[in-house]
Amino acid sequence: MEQTVQFFSGFNVNDFLFLGEAAGRTLLISFVSIALGTLLGGLFGWALYEGKLFATFALAPVLDVFRSVPLIIQLVLFYNFAPIVGLRLDPFMSGVAVLTIYTAALVANVARGGIEAVGQPMRRAARSLGMTYWQDLRYVVLPIGGRAVFPSWVGVALGVMKDSALVSVLGYVELLKASQILITRTQEPFLILAFAGAFYFALSYPISLYADKLERRWAQ
Amino acid sequence: MFEYNFHWRPVLKNLPDLLEAGLVTLEVASLAMVLGIVIGLALALIRLKLRGPLRWFASSWVELARNTPALFQLFFFGFGLGAFGLHLTPYAIVLAGLTFNCAGYLAENFRGGFQAIPETQIRAARSLGMTSAQAYLRIVIPQVIRIVYYPITNQMVWAVLISSLGMLVGFRELSGETQFFASRTYRIFEYFAVTAVLYYVIVKIILLVSRLLAIKLFRY
Amino acid sequence: MIEISDLYKSFGDLQVLKGINLQVEKGEVLSVIGASGSGKSTLLYCINGLEPIQKGSIKVDGVEVHAKDTDLNKLRQKLGMVFQQWNSFPHLTVLENVALAPRIVRKLPKRDARDVALKQLEHVGLGDKIESYPGALSGGQQQRLAIARALAMEPEYMLFDEATSALDPELVGEVLDTMRLLAEEGMTMICVTHEMGFARDVSDRVAFFHEGLIEEIGPPKQIFGDARSERTKKFLSKIR
Repeated sequence: MEQTVQFFSGFNVNDFLFLGEAAGRTLLISFVSIALGTLLGGLFGWALYEGKLFATFALAPVLDVFRSVPLIIQLVLFYNFAPIVGLRLDPFMSGVAVLTIYTAALVANVARGGIEAVGQPMRRAARSLGMTYWQDLRYVVLPIGGRAVFPSWVGVALGVMKDSALVSVLGYVELLKASQILITRTQEPFLILAFAGAFYFALSYPISLYADKLERRWAQ
Repeated sequence: MFEYNFHWRPVLKNLPDLLEAGLVTLEVASLAMVLGIVIGLALALIRLKLRGPLRWFASSWVELARNTPALFQLFFFGFGLGAFGLHLTPYAIVLAGLTFNCAGYLAENFRGGFQAIPETQIRAARSLGMTSAQAYLRIVIPQVIRIVYYPITNQMVWAVLISSLGMLVGFRELSGETQFFASRTYRIFEYFAVTAVLYYVIVKIILLVSRLLAIKLFRY
Repeated sequence: MIEISDLYKSFGDLQVLKGINLQVEKGEVLSVIGASGSGKSTLLYCINGLEPIQKGSIKVDGVEVHAKDTDLNKLRQKLGMVFQQWNSFPHLTVLENVALAPRIVRKLPKRDARDVALKQLEHVGLGDKIESYPGALSGGQQQRLAIARALAMEPEYMLFDEATSALDPELVGEVLDTMRLLAEEGMTMICVTHEMGFARDVSDRVAFFHEGLIEEIGPPKQIFGDARSERTKKFLSKIR
């Protein structure tokens, strides 16, 4: 049975499913990139804090490049560079690779700020209790510093979620790319964009409100 | 593995065109920032001082700008307005999108700035016989400007970075121009690599100018 | 002359002033003492028109402060005010802090405003700090700056709202000395204060506030030596 529910001219249930699937892909690529980027960024942040020569003179400037060049340019460059060095990556993998490094560059600063927020006296106290360096990091720096910068990290993560829309330039059909395709076909720009916008908003707004609330509570 | 031959000559031949496009990028970003500062200031004051529909409008603007992707906002001004028979030029789409985005973020910065000025400053000014307008103009706003100066600088950098989305709506700013040449010559990597460098330089110049200006502006 | 009659003021449900009657003559120095929350500071805000009142009247040289057609900005030029938190303007130099209001409120030419400011800064002993920013001054210096700022409007009355309460103990003296100097020069002053020494030595009269009312008012000799009200005695004995 072929039944078509007409919202407006030309927009049917299948299109709706198409958008839903694309929204799922937005979530997937964001989640994977944010998770990997946070791990990597935490590591970078620690390296920046420890301030080894390598970190100061090599890592910091490189991370700075990722914050000073538009993400869309990074995506195009990587996508076209990978085959040159013999990597065969599909749009998803390329997108994850770039978004991960982009996230890591942003998280690195947040993480360094977190470690700095803990303060030397507290860490000395931890070491004086006989904790090893790693125990100090795990049981003192991570919980205290992590809490101090959690709201900033949420801001970064939400930013990456929104920026993931740019992976569409590689042909990865996430939510906005799907919207664009549908708009071209159905000529229903307003309805389709409203759906896409509502999806991002429904995801981002409550989380940012929650982070604001936490920040205010922890500030006291 | 390096079977690819890099060809830089065509890029260098087009370098003057790219630099010119870089100026277009700076122009649209600066214009969006000027408009964004004026509108953002108005939005912040409305949210702080007023109730009713105007405040609702301002809050919706700020939250939509902050909680949806910049690309979505560009698409809205690109295709979305088409639903109402309004078709903007690519330049207008990018300018409107950037302004909408910047105004939203700046409004939050301004709001924080105003809230950071103690009420007692206004009282002191009023006790000297200043009118409410004089107190704001002479006492409150100069202090707010100091507080929001670095956030405004960061927003300017962000405006330059997201103006690159112009290439997705057919605007020939730096990224759009790069794509235009790249697709004609198939030297995609080379063109975008040079453009990445140009963006990096533009961002560094903005930060440098901002820092020099700050030394001149803020002596307290 | 400042004439206050039957003044009522409340913040929401909280009654702060419950029928104040008070007259301050030209040239007089009145100290207002009493426990925190007894309405002393609120009285000053009401005199300056910074807080609306619910009932009664405040007249400054015959002009009703809270009448609708009163030009408050003009009236406030007569009433200099110094706050507990000195509220210097951090983005202006010491000189600009003082010269700003004369220039934009009194509309003096730039040069004259500068001269007035210089004169008042010398007056309070800050003549050597004019190019500094307030952030570089001590609390006592900032409070003297606030006094100079108010004086530059050439007011006829000065209202001091616990001008020394927020200062470190070692900085209180320099501010009190400046206030004493003004009193000797004949300035009309209302000083809300916790400094009993100042109230006793400098004031012509002392008013003791208790729960939004003037419990007792009289010469320092009476208040500090021979108070008629038990509450006054109790308050003073606790403070010493």
